Amino acid sequence: MINTTDTNTRPSSGILTMMGLNRRQRTIITTAVIGILLLSIILGGLLLSNERITTNLEARNQAPSFSHPFGTDWLGRDMLTRTIKGLTLSIFVGLIAAAISTIIALVLGIAAATMGNRVDTIVTWLVDLFMSIPHLVALILIAVALGGGMRGVVIGVALTHWPSLTRVVRGEVLQLRSTEYVQISRRMGKSRWWIAAQHIVPHLIPQMLVGLVLLFSHAILHEASITFLGFGLSPHQPAIGIILSESMRYLSVGMWWLAFFPGLSLLIIVRLFDILGDNLRKLMDPYNAHS
Amino acid sequence: MLLKGENISFGYNKGSLVLDNVSIAIAPGEVVGLLGPSGCGKTTLGRILAGYQLPEKGVVTIDDKPLPTVGFNPVQLIFQHPERAVNPRWQMRKTLNEGWHPSDDLLEELGIEKQWLTRWPNELSGGELQRFCVARALGPETQFLIADEMTTMLDAITQAQIWQVVMRIVRERNIGMVVISHEAHLINRLCSRVVDFKNINSPDLFLV
Repeated sequence: MINTTDTNTRPSSGILTMMGLNRRQRTIITTAVIGILLLSIILGGLLLSNERITTNLEARNQAPSFSHPFGTDWLGRDMLTRTIKGLTLSIFVGLIAAAISTIIALVLGIAAATMGNRVDTIVTWLVDLFMSIPHLVALILIAVALGGGMRGVVIGVALTHWPSLTRVVRGEVLQLRSTEYVQISRRMGKSRWWIAAQHIVPHLIPQMLVGLVLLFSHAILHEASITFLGFGLSPHQPAIGIILSESMRYLSVGMWWLAFFPGLSLLIIVRLFDILGDNLRKLMDPYNAHS
Repeated sequence: MLLKGENISFGYNKGSLVLDNVSIAIAPGEVVGLLGPSGCGKTTLGRILAGYQLPEKGVVTIDDKPLPTVGFNPVQLIFQHPERAVNPRWQMRKTLNEGWHPSDDLLEELGIEKQWLTRWPNELSGGELQRFCVARALGPETQFLIADEMTTMLDAITQAQIWQVVMRIVRERNIGMVVISHEAHLINRLCSRVVDFKNINSPDLFLV
């Protein structure tokens, strides 16, 4: 099976192909590399001291150099440190929000598929309702209603990202319940719980994991967006959205690095999570997993 | 001990019945063939007899008691497409042992090789998978076996192999068997009694 998107989604596949590795080994290596990269950013954000982001007026407005690869801002703070700390915060916000979203999707999806017509109608209606409102609008409404800040952003992102995954889970469970092997299992005398644990859940776990990772990149982007618009995290926190919105004022005086590097980093992180999700799906799909 | 379907009616669309007041009875050790063209209701009757579908009217009884809805069903159905009847995320060993633990002798008889047990379903052919489905359905509590186009998708040699073993086991254990097929030669060769679906919809015709 040749997948034509492989070369696009995996930056290092060229070199790894030359090393004589098969597709599965290449995917595993790429996934591991991305995982380590993301982990090191989180660790970096947690371990970097605040020394480099204290006000240092002697070093302000410096263009990128060896001592400050991302430049410094109008208060002399090192932009690399701020960016990494901002990304770490974004990743945490995204992780919590995506996890809550996934749990909501799992509960609602299974409920819709197993608890009868009325529950199904209500859940489907809720999904349609939430999908018909633009994410960002609903997100701003919820975040503002909850008074903004970290709590508002997390709850806002969590409450707006479950619908598409709920649909997937509902469809998956409905389809599984009607498969011949599940029906045979009932005739083999297996209980509903046994079937749920042995037949249904193993099919859902990969979906959940992939859904979680793919939601993650959405959550990060939306967190940055509403923070940028001023409805999100407070300006004291080193969030990417804050950095970007502050830097807007300095762009016209030619300090391009204030927005460029943090923005690019955000883009790369989101893309990495996307690739990670795609790779996980490839590794867990039974039609690919052991070929 | 009879497997009986009494006055069974079933339709997929309102107003048109596939099965209209059909009665059928199968005795242990008997091999009954259901013969008829596609879409005439053979499979539907098989599914109803095995408890996969509830009839709109009528009842299915075994030993004059309704079919059990929990526990191992004494009426086991073998499907036409083995690749749909096994969980693609399970190794074959788990699928094989879902209902009971078939003995090594049975596996050997059915031509199931030991190394297949650790394979995934997509690594085996249709014929190999169907052997697993047959072994899985032949549990000690199985009293009736319904083979719905069991070997239609397989090549002639595999068909002959599987039928030979199944017929021998059915005879040995006095299992009642229903063979559903549109293949008149197969039915005539295997069955002691043939029900032709052309005249199925006249009641009480097929009671033993």
